[in-house]
Amino acid sequence: MIVKVQNEDFDAQKEIQFLKESCKEIPGAINSFVGYVRDFSNNEKITSLTIEHYEGMTENKLYEISEKAYKRWPLLGTLIIHRFGNLDTGDQIVLAASASLHRKAAFESTAFMMDYLKTSAPFWKSENLKNKKIWVDSKLDDELAAKKWSE
Amino acid sequence: MKILYFSWLREKIGLDSEEIKISEKIGDVNELVEFLKKSSEKHSIAFQNMKSIKVAVNKEFANFNTKIQDQDEIAFFPPVTGG
Repeated sequence: MIVKVQNEDFDAQKEIQFLKESCKEIPGAINSFVGYVRDFSNNEKITSLTIEHYEGMTENKLYEISEKAYKRWPLLGTLIIHRFGNLDTGDQIVLAASASLHRKAAFESTAFMMDYLKTSAPFWKSENLKNKKIWVDSKLDDELAAKKWSE
Repeated sequence: MKILYFSWLREKIGLDSEEIKISEKIGDVNELVEFLKKSSEKHSIAFQNMKSIKVAVNKEFANFNTKIQDQDEIAFFPPVTGG
């Protein structure tokens, strides 16, 4: 279970390699997801993104999400890296990955971790446009996506 | 009691955290919000629309009926938007 909350960028390839090496047997499958900063929002051009978080609670929540994934799927390892601070468009924001013997558990648990992260990890994004700054609103779709795992 | 504010709540109140001394009895989060609203106009404006405000007590999601004590850390923020 690897959790990192950091301002610095990450090398997804290296992180996945590290996840693979941390598994106690060779994972037949590692699935990963990378989220990037978009350059538009409601048809307006974004110049950059600022992410703030609740230090301490964020890490707790990300471990909690990883534990939930472990309980649900036969996993050999999980990895969540989330950045905070000022990010440019096109920058990496988040990396979620899970390792298992077979692909199904790896695919599903990565989606699960991302859906839960969206609704329960204390991060807040603000989009910086040309002349203004807009706090991103939470989306109903994200809540529904997280809820569907408890059905 | 330590109070933390995030996102637009932090901006509206103009503080990221504050330590409050409680003179009157505050039993739950609702009562704390009422107390804070009286402390300045900025607080009162920030806490106007409670539907868009979430709360955490000691770094765990809580609700407005959650019981609180003097040594607790209470955080107020809008719904989260990470990922």
